[in-house]
Formats: sequence, C-alpha cells, structure tokens
Amino acid sequence: MTRLTIPKTYKLYIGGAFPRSESGRSYEVLSAKGAFLANAAQASRKDARDAVVAARGAQSGWAGATAYNRGQVLYRIAELLDGRRAQFVEEISASEGVSAAAAGAQVDEAIDTWIWYAGWADKYAQVTGSGNPVAGPYFNISVPEPTGVVAIVAPQGGAGSTAGGSLLGLVAVVAPALVAGNTVVVIADQTRPLSAISLGEVLATSDVPGGVVNILTGSPAEIAPWLASHADVNALDLAGAEALEWVDLEISAADTLKRVLRPEPGVPERSLDRILAFVETKTVWHTKALI
Amino acid sequence: MTTDHSPTRQTTSLAPAERAVRLLGSELTEKSLRLHLEGLSGVDAVGLEQRAAGLATRSIKTTSKAWALDRIIELIDLTTLEGADTPGKVRSLVAKALNPDPSDPTTPRVAAVCVYGDMVPDAVAALGAAHGDPDEGLVSVAAVATAFPSGRASLRVKLADTADAVSAGADEIDMVIDRGAFLSGRYGQVFEEIVAVKEACRREDGTYASLKVILETGELTTYDNVRRASWLAILAGGDFIKTSTGKVAPAATLPVTLLMLEVVRDWYRLTGEKVGVKPAGGIRQSKDAIRYLVTVAETVGEEWLQPHLFRFGASSLLNDVLLQRQKMTTGHYSGPDYVTID
Amino acid sequence: MAKEIANTTSFLEYAPAPESTSILHLKKSYGLFIDGEFVDGHGQSFSTISPATEKKIAEIASANTADVDTAVSAARRALDKTWSKMSGADRGKYLFRIARLVQERARELAVAESLDNGKPIKESRDVDVPLVAAWFFYYAGWADKLDYAGLGANPRSLGVAAQVIPWNFPLLMLAWKIAPALAAGNTVVLKPAETTPLSALLFAEILQQADLPPGVVNIVTGAGETGAALVRHPDVDKVAFTGSTGVGREIAKAIAGTGKKVTLELGGKAANIVFDDAPIDQAVEGIVNGIFFNQGHVCCAGSRLLVQENIHEEVVDRLKQRLSTLRLGDPLDKNTDIGAINSREQLERIRTLSDIGEAEGADRWTAPCVIPENGFWFAPTIFDNVETSSTIAREEIFGPVLSVLTFRTPAEAIAKANNTPYGLSAGIWSDKGSKILAVADKLRAGVIWANTFNRFDPASPFGGYKESGYGREGGRHGLAAYLKSAATQGAKK
Repeated sequence: MTRLTIPKTYKLYIGGAFPRSESGRSYEVLSAKGAFLANAAQASRKDARDAVVAARGAQSGWAGATAYNRGQVLYRIAELLDGRRAQFVEEISASEGVSAAAAGAQVDEAIDTWIWYAGWADKYAQVTGSGNPVAGPYFNISVPEPTGVVAIVAPQGGAGSTAGGSLLGLVAVVAPALVAGNTVVVIADQTRPLSAISLGEVLATSDVPGGVVNILTGSPAEIAPWLASHADVNALDLAGAEALEWVDLEISAADTLKRVLRPEPGVPERSLDRILAFVETKTVWHTKALI
Repeated sequence: MTTDHSPTRQTTSLAPAERAVRLLGSELTEKSLRLHLEGLSGVDAVGLEQRAAGLATRSIKTTSKAWALDRIIELIDLTTLEGADTPGKVRSLVAKALNPDPSDPTTPRVAAVCVYGDMVPDAVAALGAAHGDPDEGLVSVAAVATAFPSGRASLRVKLADTADAVSAGADEIDMVIDRGAFLSGRYGQVFEEIVAVKEACRREDGTYASLKVILETGELTTYDNVRRASWLAILAGGDFIKTSTGKVAPAATLPVTLLMLEVVRDWYRLTGEKVGVKPAGGIRQSKDAIRYLVTVAETVGEEWLQPHLFRFGASSLLNDVLLQRQKMTTGHYSGPDYVTID
Repeated sequence: MAKEIANTTSFLEYAPAPESTSILHLKKSYGLFIDGEFVDGHGQSFSTISPATEKKIAEIASANTADVDTAVSAARRALDKTWSKMSGADRGKYLFRIARLVQERARELAVAESLDNGKPIKESRDVDVPLVAAWFFYYAGWADKLDYAGLGANPRSLGVAAQVIPWNFPLLMLAWKIAPALAAGNTVVLKPAETTPLSALLFAEILQQADLPPGVVNIVTGAGETGAALVRHPDVDKVAFTGSTGVGREIAKAIAGTGKKVTLELGGKAANIVFDDAPIDQAVEGIVNGIFFNQGHVCCAGSRLLVQENIHEEVVDRLKQRLSTLRLGDPLDKNTDIGAINSREQLERIRTLSDIGEAEGADRWTAPCVIPENGFWFAPTIFDNVETSSTIAREEIFGPVLSVLTFRTPAEAIAKANNTPYGLSAGIWSDKGSKILAVADKLRAGVIWANTFNRFDPASPFGGYKESGYGREGGRHGLAAYLKSAATQGAKK
C-alpha cells in the first residue's frame, strides 16, 4: 500500500510569515503536462500593499546591518539552498517538465548566482564609491546607499515565453536588489510559482529578517500596476514584464519618479549593474583646517 | 514658562547650591553654569560603547559570582510604579523585599522599596520595624516624586509632591529633571528645580531625605547631554544620579551608566566627595547586573558597591538573581515555580 | 583611589575564569604541510612552548632548503595543473569553506593561539579569530570578480607566492596573506614564525577538511634560514613579508634585479596624537588600546603618545589610573588583559630598551601588576617626559611600553609625528572634524585612526609609508597586490 502524501499548501511569504491571500483566492498550478500540482495563493492588491509595508518596515534594519553581515546572511541562504537541492529539483522537474539533470543544473546555477551576488555586499562600495579630489580644503567622498524598497516582476514562464528557469529567474532578480540593503516585493512566475514559495521557506529558516524579501504569487497583470503606482516603493524592476503593458507601468512609476529597470528576455545576466540600479550615491563634504 | 534668552536671564543669580558655588564661584548665574557645562569634554559614542562592551566580557565565576549575586540583591530598589498599585500590592512587594527567597534564609534583603509618593504610608506600615538603613540590614523607602515620570507640572506641584512623600516617611526621593527645559537650554531652570527639590527633602529635624536625580537618559538622547546633565545634577546637590524612570525606552544601558560613573569618578577626583549612581529600567538578567558591578568596580572602584553609593532600579531582576543563586546552591537549573512573585 | 574594602574578598580580584585547553587535540609533533599532507622535515626540529609557562607544546619540523624546494614545486604543480584552470567561482567556494571551518572551529583556534603566542584568550577569541574568518569571507567573494580589481579585464595571478609571517598575530597574518593570494589565483608557500607555528598547523588540518586541492597552500615551519631559502627560491613569483624592518631590508636586497614582486609590512613607531579637545575618556582608552593591546606586539601600535601640552598632566594622570585595573597573567584566563611576552628574546629587547629610556632621563612608571614566576612577562610601562631625540622615541620596542611626548600646536604635532623613518599608522583624538581631516592629510602614515585605534577590517587597506614597508593588505588594494594585468607579459604561466 503506497503511503499517502501530505500535499503542501502554498501560501504567500510576507513579513517573514506565510499568510494566505487576504482575498481568500487561490489558483491552480499545473505541471508542464497539465496535471494538477497545487493550489497557490492568488495575491490581491491588499497583499501587495501589506508586502510593501513589511518591506519598508524591514528596510532600515537590513540597510543598517554591516555589509559584512549582509554578505554572511546571503551566503547562508546559499548554504540552505544547497542543502535543499533535492526538493527544488523535484519541484522544477514537475513544474517545467524538464529532466532531473536539467533541473539540477538550474538549481546549481541559481545557487552560484546567489553566491556571486552575496560576495559583492562588502565590496561593491569600493568599486563604485570614491574619494573625490575637489579643488578646495574639503574631504569629499561618494558612497553608494540602497534606494529602499524594490518591487520586482520576476521572469515569467508559460507558453511562448523565453523565461528559462522558475528558480533561476527569481534568484537573478531578487539577489542583486538585496546586496546593497534594499528590501524586496517580488511577483513570482505566475504559472510556475512553487520554487518561489520554497525559496520563501529557505528565507524563513535563514537569518534573513522578516520583511526583507516578500514573495507574492498570482497574476502580475493584476498586481504589478499597484506596485508601479505605490508611492512607498522606490524602484521597479520589470524584468519579467515583457508580456504585460509594461510601458503603462513605466508611466505609472514616473509619477513618483521611481527608478525603473525595463523588461529583459530570459533570465537576466549576473552583473554589477543590477546592484547599482538600486543604489543612490551620496556625496559628503567636510572642511579640513589645521588652525 | 516662556522661552527667555534675554541677557537678563543669563546674568540673574542662581540659587547658591554649595557644590556649584565652590566650583564656579559665588557669582553663580545661568551663564557661568552654561560655560562650565559646555566646556566639559565631549564623548565619543563609538569609543564609549566599545569600552562598555569590553567591560561586559569580564567572566565572573564561582566565588566572585556568588559574592556578586548577593551584592546585587543588597543593591536593589525593589520597585512597583503602576497606576494600578494598591496597598495590597505594596504589602506584597515589601514582603518580598524582606524575604526574597523563603526557601533560602541566607538570602540577603534588598536595599529599598521604591513606590509612588502616595503609597509611602503603605510601604512604611508594611515594613514596620524593618524600616531603616540598609547598612544595618533594614530596608529603606524610596519614593518617586516631582510628577514622575514626565515631570510636566508646575514647580509648586512638584515640590508639594516631594514634601508629602518625605513627611509620609520616605528616606529617599527619586526626582525627575525637566527634560524640556534641559533640551531647550534652560540649564539654570533645571538647576534651580533640583535645588528646590533638595530643600523640599528637608525634614523637621533638619535631616534630609537622600535625593536621586533622574536624568531620563533615553530622552536626553546624546551622551554629551548625559554628561552635562550629570554634572548639573551633582552641582545642584543630588546625592545620586539616576539614569531613567523606566517608562521610556531606552532605559538604563551599560554605556550610559559607564558615562555617569565617569562623571562621579571625576567629581571625586576633584572634590573628594562621593555621589551615587542608579541605573534603572531594563536590567532583567543577573548577567547584565553583574556587568554593571564590574563597570562600577573598574571605573570608580569597588567602594561604590554599597547601598549608599549604588542601586539597581529593578523589579524582575530579583527573581533572576534568585534563580541563579539556587543554581549555585543546588547545582541544577531552577525555574519560575521556585521563586515567588511580588 | 578606591579604599580597600574591609572584608577579605576583593571583588576586583576576580575568581579564576580559565578557558579550558581540553578543546585541543594536539599532536606531539607536527610535520611540514606540503602537497596536501603532513610530511617529515629534514632540518633540525624544534619545540614550540607556551610563553606563559615555558612548557613545551609540541615538536615542530624544520624545513631545510630541499624541503622548501619541494614545497615550491608542489605549489607550482598545483598552480599549473589545477588552480589556474579552476574558475574564480570555484576558488571562491574553497575560500568560503575555509571561512566557515574557521568559524566552526573558532574556539579551538583561539585557545591554540593564546597558548602558543601568549596573548589573552579574550583577544584571540574576540579579535584575532573572527577577523581571520572575515578575511577569508571577504576575499572569497573577490575570486570571481577579478575584472573589478582595478587592473582591467582578465587580470592574471602572479604565480607562486612566498609568504613569511610574524609571531604577533600568527593566524591573522596567515589569513592576510593566504586569502587574497588564493582569491587572485596564486598558490602559496607560507612560513609561520618560529615561535608561533601552532595555529598555522591547525589551519593546515582545516585545509584538509575543506578538501583544498593539494599543493595550493603549503606550510613550511622553520626559522630564519627557512624563510631566507623560501624568499630567495628562483621559482617564486611574489614575496610577501610581514616582520621587522631589518629583515625587510634584507629581502628587498635579495630580490633586487629578479622578476619577483614584493610587498613588505614592517615596523612602526606610531604617534597617537591627543588634542586638548579630544573626548578625554575615550582618548585614554584609545591610548591604552593603542600600546597595550596584544602586549604592544603590534607593528601599528601607538607607541608614542603626543599629547597637547596643556592637558599633559591630566592625561598622564588618567592614564595611570586606568592602568590600575589592567590584569596581567595567564593568557587562558578570560579576564586577562595583558598576556605573556612572546619569547625570552623579545622580553630581553624590551628590558634593554626600557633601561635605555630610563638612563636617558625619561620618567618611568610601571603599572602595579603581580608578575607570575614562570614565563615571560613585562608590566605595562609609561615613560613620561620623553624627548624626540630619545632612543625610546625612535626605536620600535614592540612591547607594552609607552613613550609620552608633548606638543603645542597642530603643526608641531604633525612635525613630531612625521619625524621618524617609519610611517605605518597614527591616531588623532579631537572632537573637531576639520582638524582631524586636515591633520590626517598631513600625516605620513598608511593607516590613520581618528578617535579610535587598532581597528582592522578585511575591506580596509593596511600598510605603511617609508621604512614601514610598501604595499597594502586588505581591500581591493590587497587583492591587486596579487595580480598583474592581462597585458603584462610574464615569464611564468
């Protein structure tokens, strides 16, 4: 007699907790072959609102941690991802209909991407900041600081999309935003959201404070406009929004002059630029005088 | 009181508190006071906090720990300061103060009970023959006064508050400074209030209740302000300087207490006089309290580890110390069922 | 100042709080670590002892010229066959593993370090070992980002690095050398100091646990000759040395005309400048930390106090009071502040120079410490009224001895601070930002601490001017020291 499984309920990840959508809605997640995999929570605009509140609440603490500490926390996530490799491989195989080997390769790439970004935390300031030789008796230094709360549309799979992996796409957009001390509200891959929630579980069991990363599953078309227009969101990453009316989103974001990254096909490449997109540069002057 | 930066206010004489006159001369004015306070050395917060963190690494074990635990109890002002305090609550507190651990008669008594001024009669009655000087194994009554905790009332009301507590039998008065006056630079006003409250501590027989001056360091915010307020309180005649009311966070911290001990040390170096220090609020665990003892000993000297020079304003700390004492006696960890609630 | 209390127990005489050595599982003898394994050395083996008790800890192998050659060959092989072919990401993963293992075995490493070196367990536990882990973490993240090191795209490693480290921060100096070298793709042969080999040998065990490919790191124990053989070996591309200026000179001479790149981190005689507007209590702490941390065995120690003349007496007075609560004794007691002097030789040097200081007329004051019977100890000592022409104002003592000089104006402070062939570090104490920054501008020192002292971070470049050496360790600069740009034609690799 085969053992009865205990199917997981896939909820949202907001403020370090796993609530259902306040709307009570869920939607079916199907495997690549169309078989039923799970019901995922369908996030509403109020969930998005709550996520932004959580992200804002966590932001000063996350930005206030030393860069070394942030790097350590992010590295620890990589350790936990590595430990849970089998779980992710299974979910990805089922969702995306790929072989275990291909799923494994995706997970490895996601972990390595995460580590690459983690290693930047206590270094990118040395590469992008500067002591500036101004023409006067002043100490002058430029330092990068996090912009604040970043809303992200993760790469989306589904028919005709070029999205690549559901886990890798998510990691490729979330990790760079965190490095500098931003906090994140991310809309996961709509049709293949399971990896996203499992990533939430990894985050919840790591040292990442609640609210630093918030994961919404559901319809980007429904949720993204609310994030684009939200006055307490500082930046908008439209990486996975190519199938949406993203120009409208960019226009909406312009009302509050958000920093906007436009859609990219596939999985965004690792780059220092992705970190710098969510960073402000502060320049400080201080007089120098001996007498 | 309106803000008055006029030259006249600056040069008006302040009440000639003895210490201030000795240090600053008989021409004691707002201006001379301000010049002194603003001429004090600044505090580097990073360095101060690091020194406190260094002191916190001291490892106090075995005989030192046993001594420390007993001494902590002897230095506690066991406190209840709730709107809901009743005579029954105060009686329960007093009973705990006199007999902290019924299962262990070697447990020392606390130094004092600390209550609102209008509860002093209940405290005195409950103490009975045990009311007296902690140096003699008895327990004092400390009363908060001067519209504790905010201090926002007229001077007349604050002095009456004090006088009432003293006449009801309080041995010690824990007053609050006017933080609004301090933060708006009216040092002279803060000074004169302390002097007036000290005078209100005078009993008919000419003795004085001991005056603790609460700075409310959490509202003063900067360490430079705490240094100035500490000096001001000492110059105005305070017997103790106290960190907090416990009603505002942050309350007592090790760095702020270290800073206040440094002021007391400097005053002693300058004059030979000893002033007491009382951290209050937020000290809940024995290991934190032990860190305070270390900080006192290594800053002003272990002579200060006595009830007339150092107190802990605490309530739940006592039970944590008792649990630690029980562990040292029995060899195993204890639990909340084995200590009494007050 | 505080009167003795009447009872017999003084709280300040804290009960012993010993850190147990049972966490250590030491071998009776250690070989050289070459090509991933411990092998016999062919030089004359020697003992390493605890400077606090003079008791032997273990027998240590000594590498002769042939052993050094074997080690360099192993490093070269590992470079050519494995390490240079590995991706930066993978090199980084090894470094992350090492960092993690150091954290996991932190307590053990701290105990071993205090036992072998003599420094208080409080310091090895709270400063040395955490920094070691941090150094490996920091450089792990650089391994796959070399394009950003400042040498353009695709920089190359230098090749095989010969690294010789001192006895004052044994494991930390090892981390300063190995982490950036490996991140940049070099392989390494490292020689720990003769009196402090232990933590390096435990580190070799960690490398085995991390499964680091054999030959990437080789550790050859020995004395001066081993170091000389290593530095002079013809198949070494880079030399990194931390130690005395005297030996640094010899190394610079030895590699002259060769293709070897070199960085030297040598001695110092740092000025700790205290202005009259300094935050006084923190300045006193800073002075104490500056010269008495690690028993003054610090190249960047604030060994000259330059105090503004109008607060001279007050500062010295406060300093003496502060020193009265310093605890000297068993390095493994958690309450010890001042540990043992590392060797008999070093103790003699400190004594000799102190006697000269007294003979030249400075006012000597010693902290009241009880000196244990066995072991090498020197109580914290202050020489007041030292002049710029005094020997003890010029020569590095490398012990817990502070020389106090005065100045009148900022310009004079700067002139006195700079009036030395050394230039490693300096401290500035003032509440006035503009003054701090202007003074910092004019000090000829590679590391300047304002309102603090002895702060180290893997992200912060460290190194000296003038005879304190050249090159920087830490930060992007420390990484660049192990790279050459893609355009450079190197004979090797």
